[in-house]
Amino acid sequence: MEIFNPNSNIDFLRWGKVSVSISVLLIIASIFFITVRGLNYGLDFTGGVLVQVTYQQPVDVAEVRGALATSGFENAVVQSLGGTRDISIRLQSKADPAAVVNGVVKPDRVAADVLKALQAKRADAGLSRPPDFVGPQVGAELRNSGVIAVIVVIVGIMIYLGLRFEKRFAFAALASEVHDTLITVGIIAAVQREFDLTVLASVLAVVGYSINDKVVVFDRVRELFRSSRKAEPRDVLNRAINNTLSRTIITSLFTGITMGALFLFGGPAVHGFAITMLIGIVVGTLSSIFFANPILLWLGVSKKDLMPVTRENPELARRP
Amino acid sequence: MTDFPRWKYALVAIVLALGLLYALPNVFRPQPAVQVSANRGYTIDATLQKKAQDALTQAKVPYQDVAIEGDRLLARFANTDVQLRASDTLRSALGDNYTVALNLASTVPHWLQVIGARAMPLGLDLQGGVHFLMQVDQTAVVQKQQQRYLDDIRSLLREKNIHYDSVSPGGQGVQVVLRTTGDRDAAAQAIGADSQDLVITDTTTPGGAPALQANIKPEVLRTLAENTIRQNVTTLRNRINALGVAEPLIQQQGDSRIVVELPGVQDTAEAKKILGATATLEYHANDLDVNPLQAQQSGNVPPEDRLYHDKDGRPLVLKKKVIVSGDELVDASQGYDQQSGQPDVSVELNSAGARKMLDFTTQNVGKPMAVVYVDSVQETKIVDGKEVHSYKTTEEVINNATIQGVFGKRFQTTGLGQEEAQTLAVLLRSGSLAAPSQIVEQRVIGPSLGQDNIKKGERAVLLGLALVLAAAAIYYKLFGLVADIALFFNLVILIAVMSAIGVTLTMPGIAGIVLTLGMAIDANVLICERIREELRNGSTPLASIRAGYDKAWATILDANVTHLLAALGLMTLGSGAIKGFGITLFIGILTSLFTSVTVTHAVTAAIHGGRKLKTLSV
Repeated sequence: MEIFNPNSNIDFLRWGKVSVSISVLLIIASIFFITVRGLNYGLDFTGGVLVQVTYQQPVDVAEVRGALATSGFENAVVQSLGGTRDISIRLQSKADPAAVVNGVVKPDRVAADVLKALQAKRADAGLSRPPDFVGPQVGAELRNSGVIAVIVVIVGIMIYLGLRFEKRFAFAALASEVHDTLITVGIIAAVQREFDLTVLASVLAVVGYSINDKVVVFDRVRELFRSSRKAEPRDVLNRAINNTLSRTIITSLFTGITMGALFLFGGPAVHGFAITMLIGIVVGTLSSIFFANPILLWLGVSKKDLMPVTRENPELARRP
Repeated sequence: MTDFPRWKYALVAIVLALGLLYALPNVFRPQPAVQVSANRGYTIDATLQKKAQDALTQAKVPYQDVAIEGDRLLARFANTDVQLRASDTLRSALGDNYTVALNLASTVPHWLQVIGARAMPLGLDLQGGVHFLMQVDQTAVVQKQQQRYLDDIRSLLREKNIHYDSVSPGGQGVQVVLRTTGDRDAAAQAIGADSQDLVITDTTTPGGAPALQANIKPEVLRTLAENTIRQNVTTLRNRINALGVAEPLIQQQGDSRIVVELPGVQDTAEAKKILGATATLEYHANDLDVNPLQAQQSGNVPPEDRLYHDKDGRPLVLKKKVIVSGDELVDASQGYDQQSGQPDVSVELNSAGARKMLDFTTQNVGKPMAVVYVDSVQETKIVDGKEVHSYKTTEEVINNATIQGVFGKRFQTTGLGQEEAQTLAVLLRSGSLAAPSQIVEQRVIGPSLGQDNIKKGERAVLLGLALVLAAAAIYYKLFGLVADIALFFNLVILIAVMSAIGVTLTMPGIAGIVLTLGMAIDANVLICERIREELRNGSTPLASIRAGYDKAWATILDANVTHLLAALGLMTLGSGAIKGFGITLFIGILTSLFTSVTVTHAVTAAIHGGRKLKTLSV
């Protein structure tokens, strides 16, 4: 079964200027959304209020979650506290805007509103102790070490690519990474999807997926440069994209299928992860086809950059 | 295609077999149990076993097994409700000489355990566990600050030549009693200029003398409290990591409390001991001018000294001044003394501490230096029906050896038993608690995701995998099927490696496994596409297979190494679910490199090798 014409020779680089301009616009828009609109940080990042509730009769955790959701308290972490009647609820302060008075969060108000929501479904709900603030899971140290880790990873990848390929490839890869990551995070900020630990994990996974994709195309570029005699860069880059087109699309399709299943059927726990991965896969695939190679072309890649240096026989190297 | 080496077939077979073996324990889910361990001076033996069994039978608590395992008595039950009832029964039946704790006993068969195979521990979101609430004692911190301001004010007044009667702690800060109002104004000015943290008010003592009350500003106290809690959270996290407990939740709650949640109802006794412990070391000089026995008998100890006792009860008079303490440590580990074979704690000091130690040892070669082991243990007594928490501090001299040579940064200290030395090393490494913290509440909690979400997640994972397997088979036909077999083994080997290492499984981890498998298929796509290309270029089927694998290998290697680097970054991103996710991704890339390339190659060679082929089903 073949979906793609193996002998296709679409001139992708003809739209090089257009596609890169669109990419740059998207990057600017993403930066705008991230800085101005900001990310909708979840409970893991902001911390919030802890409300502990006790029921007279046994209650199910799913029931409590449902009662909270109908009153608008989505994204609450509901846990049973030993036994069948004690429940602990953790939610963000901003989930209850009425509880923020003059910019100060009043946990008692939050507890009262949560209790009202629960009592609407079950009259026997009551507070077992006064509410409390809970700190965030991801503190400042984690954020800082995260930024450092990302920088180290990027530098490591660039060094590897610089050695195996050539430094222009390293820069093109860097540009594509930044492009993919920024646009993915930008889309998340634009739709204000809740940014929790799983979404953070998937953003980092997108980085991995994206670099994987670029390297496959670059590898084909390197192979074609080395094997063809008349290596016109634009021609070679186009052929490389065309040759790998089938693989690029199929791989994103396969990975997309698994993420799609998670997204549609996985429940709220993996929802954020799946949709972020899907966005990342789409953006990554498009940038492999329309962004990475135009950048490579503009950086001036050519055949001689990729020829292996003859070191073993200096006589041979001196010959014309 | 008969040139696929024999040894590679063997390698594939061995790896697959090992994978199945080490992934097998995950099929055996752990069982709710109650464990009984003996306090110092008592033993676990057959009489205790009988006593436990009788107690359970009498209370009509059905047990599945009561057996002695190592130095513990382990009783297994059918579900957590019976487990809770049993733990209450046993606690009241066995008395105070034994510690009864809840536990999750593994049901993995013995022959698997012997080879080191175990199931993957589940995270808090999938399993639930134990919830501790710790109360941080802020008063000790305030007292330390008071002392600091006291010393500062005293030296400041002396420097400025302002006469004063006394400087003592009082109220929310320091009280200074002076002789004249002129002195008082001068003092107030000096103190105000020196420190921004104090609020100074004029008062009069009951005796009529002019005095100053310098109180620490409330914002300063609040910042202090916040920093204390933050530091305690970090220290607790280090300690729990050192325990090897998988992926805990450690969070600040309110102004002065910390929540610690440990997944799986594990050995809570061990966790409780480590969480609240404040053991540390202090190095003191001996006062050689005083006879310890005389000092103990007469009760007269010079003001700059203190009377200590060693393990055997012998008295020692040591100078109060601490040369170096556990706060100035950079690293600590437990080892064995080279000469005596005794367990010791190897210590590395920071630069300030190293300098002080170097100065002291240089000036005191041939004289003894005492090492004091300081520990505060939490005690809970029932007074009038209410629980009262208190601290019992022990200060024991574990070593009073003569200084043989000069040292500064690194040295060893003997004098503790092996377990004590090990615990001490962990505590010293994780840092001291900025303020003493007590466990005030302990409960068992359910999984934070809820059973319904977990089931949904499992179903979606299986569905996603099934779809990918079907898609590969449809698109690449026979080669797709081979890729599917490889993917299945990829999952098995991935689970086996994760179980053997002990990576905790969380919901993001499960999502990570699905992602890894979805991307593992990429290598196969590369190979299949390359084989198709070779066929199109006119190569014979067998040559196409060989060329396909050869040429695709370079691409697969480059792509996966860069991906590996990205996963490495994830792994180093600190603790928590992200780290587990990163480890999963990292291991998954390695296993997929093996299965997607070598395993499929082996299967393909086995199917196609040696036959004359006209076409390939790809």
